[in-house]
Amino acid sequence: MTPKRKQRVLIIVLILSGVSGAVGLMLYALQQNVNLFYSPTQISDGEAPIGPLIRVGGLVLAGSVKRATGKTEKLSVTFVLTDNNKQITVQYSGILPDLFREGQGIVALGRLQKDRSILATEVLAKHDENYMPPEVAGTLHKSPSAMHVPSTNQ
Amino acid sequence: MIPEFGFFALILALMLAVIQSSAVFIGLKTNKSSYVNLTFSAALGQFVFMLIAFIILVVAFVTDDFSVAYVAQHSNSQLPIPYKVSAVWGGHEGSMLLWTFILSVWGIAVTLLNRSLPRLSAARVVAVMGMISIGFIAFLIFTSNPFDRILPNFPLDGQDLNPLLQDIGLIIHPPMLYMGYVGFSVAFSIAIAALLEGRLDSTWIRWARPWTLMAWVFLTLGIMLGSWWAYYELGWGGWWFWDPVENASFMPWLTGTALVHSLAVTEKRGVFKSWTLLLAILTFSLCLLGTFLVRSGVLTSVHAFASDPTRGVFILGFLALVVGSSLLLFAVKAHRMVTTGNFQLVSRESFLLLNNILLAVATVVVLLGTLFPLIADVLQLGKISVGAPYFNMLFVPLFIILLIFLAPSPVVRWKKFEINQIIRSSIPVFVASFVVAAVINWIFSNEMSLSIVMVSTLVFWVVLNLFKDILVKVKFKLSLNSLLKLSSSYRGMVLAHIGVAMTVFGIAYTSTYSIERDVKMNPGESLTVAQYQFEFARTEPLKGVNYRGTQGVFNVTKNNQLVTTLRPEKRIYNVRNQPMTEAAIDAALSRDLYVALGEPLKNGAWAVRVYVKPFIRFIWLGGVFMALGGFMVMMDRRYRLLKKQHAGSQVADGGVVTS
Repeated sequence: MTPKRKQRVLIIVLILSGVSGAVGLMLYALQQNVNLFYSPTQISDGEAPIGPLIRVGGLVLAGSVKRATGKTEKLSVTFVLTDNNKQITVQYSGILPDLFREGQGIVALGRLQKDRSILATEVLAKHDENYMPPEVAGTLHKSPSAMHVPSTNQ
Repeated sequence: MIPEFGFFALILALMLAVIQSSAVFIGLKTNKSSYVNLTFSAALGQFVFMLIAFIILVVAFVTDDFSVAYVAQHSNSQLPIPYKVSAVWGGHEGSMLLWTFILSVWGIAVTLLNRSLPRLSAARVVAVMGMISIGFIAFLIFTSNPFDRILPNFPLDGQDLNPLLQDIGLIIHPPMLYMGYVGFSVAFSIAIAALLEGRLDSTWIRWARPWTLMAWVFLTLGIMLGSWWAYYELGWGGWWFWDPVENASFMPWLTGTALVHSLAVTEKRGVFKSWTLLLAILTFSLCLLGTFLVRSGVLTSVHAFASDPTRGVFILGFLALVVGSSLLLFAVKAHRMVTTGNFQLVSRESFLLLNNILLAVATVVVLLGTLFPLIADVLQLGKISVGAPYFNMLFVPLFIILLIFLAPSPVVRWKKFEINQIIRSSIPVFVASFVVAAVINWIFSNEMSLSIVMVSTLVFWVVLNLFKDILVKVKFKLSLNSLLKLSSSYRGMVLAHIGVAMTVFGIAYTSTYSIERDVKMNPGESLTVAQYQFEFARTEPLKGVNYRGTQGVFNVTKNNQLVTTLRPEKRIYNVRNQPMTEAAIDAALSRDLYVALGEPLKNGAWAVRVYVKPFIRFIWLGGVFMALGGFMVMMDRRYRLLKKQHAGSQVADGGVVTS
């Protein structure tokens, strides 16, 4: 091989190994950090795994938001999410977003506990009060098998 | 009647765009040179009618014309005037109008500032821009007309602008971002025109560089402003969320950055020609993809406002058409781009190639993470989302490698260089950087964090290597005069790379040493965070122009000395009855003190968010430096974009600008 060829081969090998390394890492990272979405009905039916981080979305049931009382500094709160079929209790500690209110569609990120409640690490309400998270809109009033491409409201 | 004129103006602009995009090609077929001029005139006309349409919408907002549906949905008579103007791009239709208007602004800029290019080539560029205009004006007319009326029973008042958008950040962030997005259409059009012509010589490149840099500068500023706005306005103190819409703007930034670097190589050395063209095509395609992601609402995102699926189909179709046809053109014609230079494995070319590869990999990482939920949904794998840890896990190593190669790059020469020389010249600086990084970490936190010392060593290594290179360049006679003698593009390069270092430094320190506390506080209580004491003194009622609410008063002390008084607000906007958190921030280079009110609890207590965020300002300051650096490179004498305009047409057609 001429030195020039040698160099080209070296460059190609470098690029290929870099790319395959990157793709491998990417897939590994993706595998570790993908969060599946479940509706309250699916959770009640036992479809969601206990332990891993999942997302659950639904409407905040009117009258279900309860702040912990007492002298603690902690900001514990529980509320109930519904998809108009089944309900699921969510526990959270922290400040709720501005657009969190009863009747609003929200998404919680958290782990399913043995008692079928969700211990949330994050509660997301979107920035537009007319907006419904597509996943939530797609699961309302429907049986879990009828989940299709997310439909947007309005 | 006036809003109808706006719609007519759009229709006229569409017709002119059709002429703009076809005249030059008809002229070529029929050998009529006057058609070339027609392209330029049509571009001018298109700009004028887009301007008219835009002004009419602004006027409709300012005069509270609620018979226009878009105005009724996004404005209110109580809204302060500056927000009435910015409400023009507060919703879908208006922001698409802004997008298209900015496209015509870039079109007119290219029409006026093209004297260094052969006239026919310039006409081709303007024609390709006209084709993009056709797509977007048609999109406005057929799916998103901002001038639609609600007649005869129009509302007496509007539904108001989303309170989150009633902010200075949102007045400037979208126009900046769009200037960047749309600006890459110039680089794209240049690439397409070059492919059509079948050559890419130094005239082309020299002409393409400042345009690309300008778009890159705007995009950098736009992203930075968005991050800054999210930090203080969303009320939870994050500066980047890996949200699909943020990713949508970050992807063209990554490829755009790669493009800016590969253009430099192509200009100086005549290599990487096809790669540069491909990057130009990809960057603009990613801009279109971003528009699609934001405007179609297919992804769950904080930016995803209620939207209409038919629009998504239109943009997706347009995206497919643009990407498909330009890649086809690339496949057919790219082999004609002859590389004129060659280089050795260890050379500046290789370093820049590596920069491009790393940035391309980073783009793929973001693309995969952003689109994977869509792919999974189509493949019925369930509804998933990709969390921030995915991106962090991959970006940290990628950027560390990028910094490792960025640091020694100033000393590496074009064509051929010795690896020993790199090592020899870099090692002392590396040791010095390590000492500086360790000392700073020790002073800051009384401990050594391995990861922080490692990352900031790289940061200082980059900066010190640049300083050393400047010293060598001015022959160790450091003065203002000697610095000014350095070329503008060199100074810009230094500034931009220092900006990168600053941003990385800010990110490393903020993410490691930020203290975030969410607590319940009663007035009169205090909380100690880091060395600061936050005393919740009292709450006061608040009354604004179009909102009411509560203001908290927090006295912050350090060693019993009052540092500042922070007044976070909880606003309720009258029209929508929507609550809004206005965080109070005391900003300084070394730390931000951040207090936000959560929700009121029982007995006068509040949920309160108290953050101390060290060096967070460096993240955005770094962005400003990058943009400033890009601007300086753009102003380099050899491009002389602006001077040409004043000098008139001194350069004959086809002339090469020399400095």
